[in-house]
Amino acid sequence: MRTRPWVPWLYLTPGLLLMIVFLVYPAINNFIISFHGRLAREFVGLANYEYIFTDDRMIGVLGNQVLWLLLYVPIVVLLGVVLAVLLDRVRYERISKGLIFMPMGIQAVGAGIVWKFVYAYAPKGEEQIGLFNAITTSLGGNPIAWLIERSINDFMIIIVAIWIWTGFSLVFSSAAYKALPRDVREAARIDGANEWQVFWRVTIPMMRIPIMTITFTMIAFALKLFDEIWVMTGGNFGTHILSTKMFESVKATNYGRASAIAVVILMAIIPAIIYNIRLYRQRGVF
Amino acid sequence: MDGTRILRRSFVHLILIFLTLMWFLPTLGLFITSFRDPAAIADSGWWTVLTQFWETSQYTLQNYINVWEGENMARNFWNSVKISIPSTVIPIIIASFAAFALAWMDFPGRRFLVIFTAAMLIVPLHLTFVPVIRMYLGFSELTGIKMMGEIHGLVLAHAGYAMPLAIYLIYNFMLELPRELFESAVIDGANTWQTFWRIVFPLSLPGMVSVAVFQFLWVWNSVLVTAMFIQFGSRNAPLQILLTDIGQMGREWQKLTAAAFILIIVPMLLFFALQRYFVRGLLGGSVKG
Repeated sequence: MRTRPWVPWLYLTPGLLLMIVFLVYPAINNFIISFHGRLAREFVGLANYEYIFTDDRMIGVLGNQVLWLLLYVPIVVLLGVVLAVLLDRVRYERISKGLIFMPMGIQAVGAGIVWKFVYAYAPKGEEQIGLFNAITTSLGGNPIAWLIERSINDFMIIIVAIWIWTGFSLVFSSAAYKALPRDVREAARIDGANEWQVFWRVTIPMMRIPIMTITFTMIAFALKLFDEIWVMTGGNFGTHILSTKMFESVKATNYGRASAIAVVILMAIIPAIIYNIRLYRQRGVF
Repeated sequence: MDGTRILRRSFVHLILIFLTLMWFLPTLGLFITSFRDPAAIADSGWWTVLTQFWETSQYTLQNYINVWEGENMARNFWNSVKISIPSTVIPIIIASFAAFALAWMDFPGRRFLVIFTAAMLIVPLHLTFVPVIRMYLGFSELTGIKMMGEIHGLVLAHAGYAMPLAIYLIYNFMLELPRELFESAVIDGANTWQTFWRIVFPLSLPGMVSVAVFQFLWVWNSVLVTAMFIQFGSRNAPLQILLTDIGQMGREWQKLTAAAFILIIVPMLLFFALQRYFVRGLLGGSVKG
């Protein structure tokens, strides 16, 4: 459309201004603050980064972060793909998909409370009202404080995040699966491949790109994840990851440290997001 | 069908039904518990209700009345509404202006701005919190207008954070409008403003609804962004912050389950009312954060 030269800027200015004030300027400013002390006054060089990579507690936090990436991401992706393929063959596909997608709307706070109730703990001998401990004790075991016990609490929160995000990975995979031509699978079956082989050798390779997209989206998500952990444990009992630690540093007005953690999150995310935007553009999602 | 195939098929059904139940039972448990008497909640698991499900005398609305009035939850609920609606409507309107210019006007730098907007999608919000907080504090010192802990401060930040994704998605919806539309509008003598409001805006509405559903749910549920600007326990705190508070305090399940259900019911209603937009919005928005 032809317009007078200043007209486009009239339409663009409010949006651009918001992006500059809330994203561009803060992102640059954040880098600078990350080399400064508590209230961002004195220059401290790389001290904040040194803290992140050498402090004992921070090493634990980084370890948790890696655990999240190694456990949460592959399980969500694989569960979504497997469910998409299996549900495609049954008549209750729609209702199953609907129920599994619902937690995407409930999100972390609602889901956190739903699961806190599943994990509810009462001392031995008392009535167990949490589903998990009711099962454990009825099998003759001792009740377990699922969210406090250090050796398992990370896994318990990861389960909640999986519960929320499997719907995303399922719906995404399902759309991709239904778009695949059926005859390739049929040909493989006629050639004598069993279902297991069809899945691993035909379906998975043909779905490579959507699977990669989900994987990188989930990697970026796991690096930014905050709500799930904050609602379940508040980062206590050793469950902190980068994002929750950053929040804690902000609230403790340790701005230098918080900014440095944010930079580390950014650095870890950049490859995943760049790759993903390229994939999204190829597929014309946006 | 031979025996092994029937066996294998029923095994698949078993797994699928088990998993579907895993996704459904925990929420059902929460729902049932929220209607039970506090004493009954502590005495027996919610699943015991299932054996005598139609025994209506065991259900009560008292938990809801207690949290709504006793915990002052009505105020938190209205805070949620006062935050979520402007945080959805304002950025989407502003983004649709920008998207219109990017998609259909000719000007130098247009391509650069499209790439710039896409690049902004990469910025994790974590990177912005400390600078924005300091900016808000500095602004308040200068003008005396309080920003931290206030609803308008949070809404403004949400509007800024929503911009790249909203512009980018709406831009793509608008690109798909046919070129002839604009040519005939020009022939009919419509100016840019009329073309926007009478033609482009209504035609891109379905796309914008997806973005709006995503943005609304994001604002409604987000703890991180909200808690950065509004303290736990503040009079301006929305529902999710109140819930995080009572959730961390203890195990008053009657309060927690009823309160959680009030939080959940809004996304649930959206889900059933706007299922298509809901799914599209959530898939498109998954890069945000």
